[in-house]
Amino acid sequence: MNRQNGHSVVRLSEVTKVFKMGDNLVEALKGVNFAIREGEYLSIMGPSGSGKSTLFNMIGALDKPTSGRVFIDEVDVAQLDAYELAWLRCRKIGYIFQTFNLIHVMTAIENVTLPMIFAGMSRDDYIHKGMDLLKLVGLADRYHHKPSELSGGQQQRVAVARALANDPAIILADEPTGNLDLTTGEEIITLLKHLSTERNVTIISATHDIKMLNVSDRVVWIRDGRIDRVEERADLKISVGEVS
Amino acid sequence: MPRAVERQIVLPWSQVVKISYNSMRVRLFRSIITTLTLTLAIAFVAFTWSGYEILNAIWPHADASLQDNILAKGYELVGGQFGTGPKDRWLAILSLLVCVVGIVNAQLMAVTERFREIGTFKCLGALDSFVVRIFVLESVYQGFLGGVSGAVLGIFVATCSFLIQIGWDAILYWPFLKMFFTLCWASSTAVFLSLVGVIYPALVASRMQPAIALRTEE
Repeated sequence: MNRQNGHSVVRLSEVTKVFKMGDNLVEALKGVNFAIREGEYLSIMGPSGSGKSTLFNMIGALDKPTSGRVFIDEVDVAQLDAYELAWLRCRKIGYIFQTFNLIHVMTAIENVTLPMIFAGMSRDDYIHKGMDLLKLVGLADRYHHKPSELSGGQQQRVAVARALANDPAIILADEPTGNLDLTTGEEIITLLKHLSTERNVTIISATHDIKMLNVSDRVVWIRDGRIDRVEERADLKISVGEVS
Repeated sequence: MPRAVERQIVLPWSQVVKISYNSMRVRLFRSIITTLTLTLAIAFVAFTWSGYEILNAIWPHADASLQDNILAKGYELVGGQFGTGPKDRWLAILSLLVCVVGIVNAQLMAVTERFREIGTFKCLGALDSFVVRIFVLESVYQGFLGGVSGAVLGIFVATCSFLIQIGWDAILYWPFLKMFFTLCWASSTAVFLSLVGVIYPALVASRMQPAIALRTEE
């Protein structure tokens, strides 16, 4: 598949974000220009405090930029009202968090079906699809378990299934392997990579994980609120190939 | 070409009822504590009012010695009826006020505890109104539960206390209909108070930014 020709799912144009901390203004993002291609597996790297999380919130339409524009599927996020934003978060983007963020009072299947309930699917449809998704992540037999009864890796797999609920175009993963051990982390990465290639889902992930870099199509390095450099997969082989 | 972004649908109440019921059932202990605030306040109010109802019911049937007995206990007959005095009313209002403040406190705590959950809901496509509805519905359940249990407790204690004070006449002339009315208005008061108490916390919750869910600290 030639991904170079895909249109950009997310496009950032001169995005800045300024936070007010008491009397000080903190510039978290200082003008970011970037386009993310459809179906690519993109990793965002950067030390803490680099503006990585802020950038993440921008891409995920979770926060509005101070200036500049964020386009998701060529739609300016700033122009959307609350209903449209909710629709976008529900249908277009699937979120995966470092701390899983499953709803603790709900079982695995209830967690997976929640976005479909929000999307207005009928009960038969969402139960059916929810079970299919749990099968996909290999947890069909544990559908009635609460998050507290699942291991970290299993919880994250439920979260991946939940992120896929409404067939999003983008999956936004914030340090998805951060709270997992090596092997379970690898499982999650393989799963994400699989989704990216099989379903043409764009995966955008913040990470420190070298294993993650190896499957990435591109890696973006953030430093001090700016994009430091962007590496294509081909260059990556050389720079981090020996590390893993 | 279809519009790239559509509008999110508003969830039907049936779904919200299901989700809120579930969420309350799982946090049963926590809900019971909040409910208890209401139960106790309503019990006090129901106790006061139903006591007078019982007296009013007995009075026409009471012989002279029982009437003297009742008056000797300090109950005042005003216009041939027993009723609440200003002191009773002020006590009732105060207890309900304290109760509302207690509910606001408990619900604000609940919102803080559920920061992440609310943020996650929003990331998954929940509208602000959904979050408000969840909290409002939970508070209606709690109000209803606290109201009914409080009214039943108050009426029961009032009945027992008169049973001890003036004997079986208290049961013999027990005013069913009046008691039922007391139960109804006490329960509705509880639901109302519960709603008043939850409005501010629910608005705080609904305005929560979804980015909260992305923050990594627990």
